[in-house]
Amino acid sequence: MRAWVRNVLLLSRKELRSLRADPVMFVLIFYVFSVAVYLVATGVRLEVTNASVAYVDQDRSALSRQIVGAILPPNFKPPEEIRADAVDAAMDSGRFVFVLSFPPSFEADVLRGRTPAVQLNVDATAMAQAGNGAAFLQQIIREETVRFLTETGSDVQAPMDMVVRIRFNPNLNAVWFSSVMQIINNISILSVLLTGAALIREREHGTIEHLLVMPVTPSEIMTAKICANGLAIIVAAILSLWLVVQTALNVPVAGSVPLFVLGAVIYLASVTGLGILLATFTSSMPQFGLLALPVLIVMNLLSGSTTPMESMPDWLRMAMQMSPSTHFVAFAQAILYRGAGPAIVWPQMAIMAGLGAAFFALALRRFRQSMASAR
Amino acid sequence: MTRDAVASLTGVSHRYGATAALSDLSLDIPSGCMAGLIGPDGVGKSTLLALVSGVRKLQDGGITVLGGDITAPAHRRVCSRRIAYMPQGLGRNLYPTLSVYENLDFFGQLFGQSRAERHARIMTLLQATGLAPFPDRPAGKLSGGMKQKLSLCSALIHDPDLVILDEPTTGVDPLSRRQFWDLIATIRETRPGMSVLVSTAYMEEAERFDWLAAMNAGRIIATGSPDEIRARTGQPTLEQAFIDLLPEAERRNHRSVEVPPRPDRDGPPAIEARGLTRRFGDFTAVDHVDFQIRPGEIFGFLGSNGCGKTTTMKMLTGLQTASEGQALLFGEPLDPDDMATRRRVGYMSQSFSLYSELSVRQNLDLHARLYHLPPDRRDERVAQMLQDFDLQPHADKLPDGLPLGIRQRLQLAVAVLHAPEVLILDEPTSGVDPVARDGFWQYLIRLSRDEGVTIFVSTHFMNEAERCDRISLMHAGRVLAVGAPSELVRQRGAATLEDAFVGYLQEAAGPDTASPVQPSEMPHRNGAASDRSFDPMRLWAFARREAIEILRDPLRLTFALLGPVILLLTFGYGISFDVEDLPFAVLDQDQSAESRTLTEAFSGSRFFVEQPPVATPAELATRLQSARIVLGLDIPPDFGRSLLSGETPEIRVDIDGAMPFRAETVRGYLQGAGASYLAGLAAQGRIPAMSAAPVSVETRFRYNQAFKSVFAMIPSVIMLMLVLIPSMMSAIGVVREKETGSIANFRSTPASRTEFLLGKQLPYAAVAMISFFSLVAVSYAVFGGSIKGSVSALVVGSLLYVLATTGFGVLISTFTRTQIAATFAAAIVSIIPAINFSGLLVPVSSLSTGGQLAGRLFPSAWYEQISVGTFAKGLGFADLWPNHLVLAGFFVLFVTASILLLNKQEA
Repeated sequence: MRAWVRNVLLLSRKELRSLRADPVMFVLIFYVFSVAVYLVATGVRLEVTNASVAYVDQDRSALSRQIVGAILPPNFKPPEEIRADAVDAAMDSGRFVFVLSFPPSFEADVLRGRTPAVQLNVDATAMAQAGNGAAFLQQIIREETVRFLTETGSDVQAPMDMVVRIRFNPNLNAVWFSSVMQIINNISILSVLLTGAALIREREHGTIEHLLVMPVTPSEIMTAKICANGLAIIVAAILSLWLVVQTALNVPVAGSVPLFVLGAVIYLASVTGLGILLATFTSSMPQFGLLALPVLIVMNLLSGSTTPMESMPDWLRMAMQMSPSTHFVAFAQAILYRGAGPAIVWPQMAIMAGLGAAFFALALRRFRQSMASAR
Repeated sequence: MTRDAVASLTGVSHRYGATAALSDLSLDIPSGCMAGLIGPDGVGKSTLLALVSGVRKLQDGGITVLGGDITAPAHRRVCSRRIAYMPQGLGRNLYPTLSVYENLDFFGQLFGQSRAERHARIMTLLQATGLAPFPDRPAGKLSGGMKQKLSLCSALIHDPDLVILDEPTTGVDPLSRRQFWDLIATIRETRPGMSVLVSTAYMEEAERFDWLAAMNAGRIIATGSPDEIRARTGQPTLEQAFIDLLPEAERRNHRSVEVPPRPDRDGPPAIEARGLTRRFGDFTAVDHVDFQIRPGEIFGFLGSNGCGKTTTMKMLTGLQTASEGQALLFGEPLDPDDMATRRRVGYMSQSFSLYSELSVRQNLDLHARLYHLPPDRRDERVAQMLQDFDLQPHADKLPDGLPLGIRQRLQLAVAVLHAPEVLILDEPTSGVDPVARDGFWQYLIRLSRDEGVTIFVSTHFMNEAERCDRISLMHAGRVLAVGAPSELVRQRGAATLEDAFVGYLQEAAGPDTASPVQPSEMPHRNGAASDRSFDPMRLWAFARREAIEILRDPLRLTFALLGPVILLLTFGYGISFDVEDLPFAVLDQDQSAESRTLTEAFSGSRFFVEQPPVATPAELATRLQSARIVLGLDIPPDFGRSLLSGETPEIRVDIDGAMPFRAETVRGYLQGAGASYLAGLAAQGRIPAMSAAPVSVETRFRYNQAFKSVFAMIPSVIMLMLVLIPSMMSAIGVVREKETGSIANFRSTPASRTEFLLGKQLPYAAVAMISFFSLVAVSYAVFGGSIKGSVSALVVGSLLYVLATTGFGVLISTFTRTQIAATFAAAIVSIIPAINFSGLLVPVSSLSTGGQLAGRLFPSAWYEQISVGTFAKGLGFADLWPNHLVLAGFFVLFVTASILLLNKQEA
């Protein structure tokens, strides 16, 4: 056992040296944990931002102007007025996602209590914005109408009042979410690619043969790769969480960072194991890239880090329980946003550890097999 | 004897970065004869041959070949039809997945031969080389000797006037070597005017050449016939003559190798193989091999590349498991997991297998530690190795920058570092110059004789084999003979060991099936067809070859076709913005009819799923924190009464905001559920009907009435898949040929850049189109997504799009150097605009001006218009034609850029 630990340490040191000698990998790690996190967090958002709105005003009243005037950035671009017969062409070409049409004598009908209808055309091919954007616009129209009526002296009172409180991210700041999820996705991508590539590089260079004729066991070789690459990634991830997310992007972290790091270590062990497992199925770098790409895309997109797990069909949600990323995303959201403690997140940690052990055992079994079948 | 020069070099210098390969070299190579370049690896032979053939670009000096200046493009075009070039490396210009016939057919097409002419020529050449029985065998599965014969056939298919062969016999067994030279001699008889320029590291082969140039360190050290060179130095063999010609500094340490007799040692055999067999699928690499190696013996292993030597050695180290039979070390069956045995064995693999990122000393140190040498002995042993192998001056350098000979010394140092009792060395001296090779052997002999180390060594060199105590001759997985070298020579009654080996091989292979070519059999050259600078036939040749290669790589093809479908399913099911079944719980402090109806208004909606109610606000908070609910309703006491009496009661709603998009959606649903609740109460007349809405909003979701994410995703996913996968696949196209070396065929034949690049691109575009149709079919069958607009506009748009995206891949391929770099570059460069700036997640109209511009500079945003327009919006050519036009423009742009970037000559 002591010899095992010693060999793992020796080999890990060698792995770290190899990593250090590869400037491209270094740049890649730096890029994904700094620039990429920042760009994605601040740039790509699924929330309604900058949505393009046009309107057709056949009423030209104070009310219609008031409503149009309330459609404001950052959710919407300033609305543009178009003619009634230009609506189809404008939407076909994708110039506008939303087109509002105020009917003639709209304001007069409101004042008479006739409940006139504003038509809202939505380009439903712009999925991420269409639904929530339409809900926003509906709310703006209602609120502005009520305000208009109140200002003109009519008495409108809602029968009940819903006080909505958003917990954990009161202003629904998208950066809070996407920055941390981006780090998680990057951890997955790098863990699989780095360890898998480390194994394939050794095989392509023939150095793995050299290791295997020495008094070193496959489990030592694999553990060393996991430790060394995992260490590099976890350090980068912690720095990114601290410097990019907390400092540069000003995202508050609700829960315990050490607990998060502990979970991340367990997660890393399981995903790096997966990387080695995938590498044992392929014989060259391009093949490995081709195999890893879909696995990573599925792992990242369906883990709940991009769209909600609730929107997936049940069978797919069940299938995704096999991926450690699903559990890590749940774990990270609980700790970082909701301030959950060990009592709440231990099941996720246990599952990640179990999956990791399974990947490692499978990889170990395939390791010798794949070495023996290589020519 | 004076002859015209077929090629003249004057003052030629060539550098690779800081290393000089050729220094101010001048040479006249005689025509109409067999001219040879001799010298060890790395002295500049290959560079010289590549420059003469026009494959490599001349840096400095002048070269005339076949009476013209090789730097003039017009003359190079003429030369490409008159010169044949066979690069170094076994079958390096062949395509391993193509059959023997297909390989030759491809070369014939490049030279514009008709089908009938090709067939006649191929049959004649196959007859002449004895390859006729195997026209359908993939080139990759041929033995080393057969590969080289096939390479020669491909070089001779167009009746060249000058044949340039770069180390054609390295790694080939003596019989095949002999047959190879006989074949060349026969062909030269039928075409006496043909000049042959050849390089070799085997000095004994050079004895047959008409004229020789001996090279060392980028310079010519002697020229003349073999007799002249031997006479000049007064040495009996060319090898010794060569050593004599070396500068004083390089041969100072050279002593001739002497082998003292082996003292008898007792004990069981150090290494034993009993019926050792290894199969790979239906191929038997090692076939019932038996031998015993006694302790302290030097046991040589001879045979061609691919005859099973390496596999046998790997089985003896435990790197590979035997399919049958037994390997024994020190009299015990080999157990690959036994760490104690591993400490007693040292192994050196054929190719360099140490860490290139660690320095010489670090490599030694790492191995010392892994062998658990005690700390005090460790440094001492590392120091001793550095001294023994003369590595001191290089101790802190990285292995990559060192010459091959020194790297081989380092490998041997690592193998003997832990003082093993058995050494297994796989071709330790290949590529090492004669002086260094002798030094190597002196060390091995000392280990064997003084320290009793058993040495099992494989080699191609007969003079090394003669130094072994015993040797074994291997061919096609079987051991043909075992014995002391002198004994084997005597048994066969041969003059030399090489003759004896050839005798054994001939006996094993049966009668030679090759028959000499008759001049009349060779069809006449058809010069008319290939003179055009653009020839659709050559383009077709490249396209067909690439297509065959794709079809024979099932993994790649599977990925190309299945990958997009899997990802479409993933996106279709997974990237959904339809949020449903959100778990919620109620803290009902009122327990009235009204509060229960309110709860039902939520639980009745498809968006919400009710969880067991909670009793306290704290419990509600805990549930939210543990993500068991997304939404918590807190209904205050007296809610029902206040509501009915018009007092506007307040209900509190907590939403989990951890995922902002979901929270936003929940907030929208909440309004809907509240409104429908109030409308219900109003309909029952329990609250005043004036109630909520002074205005109504009629929302029409256009293009996707059901407002299901999947219909919106399909066109965008097709857009993404048709850029990501096709560009990654085609990006490997050119760069793979650079890595394997077959790009030399493009450089040395009349093929133009346009033919080469378009030919390589078209099969990938075809695969991408198949992928497109499968995506459309799957989206229809699985998700029920149909095309509402013009099908032809979509198909034509997709065709133009994949031509543009595969063209983009080829463009990447022309300037990257490795397959991995090309794959990643294509993926990263295309994924950013495709996902972020093309309308996949965010509509282009919502992007900033910069983002819109970034999107417009890449084909994806234009295709997205066609894809969404035809799928969802019911549009046709009349609305979309500008997008088609732009895509066609991208295709032309990418192809033109690739043509400009690809050099016909290597730098």
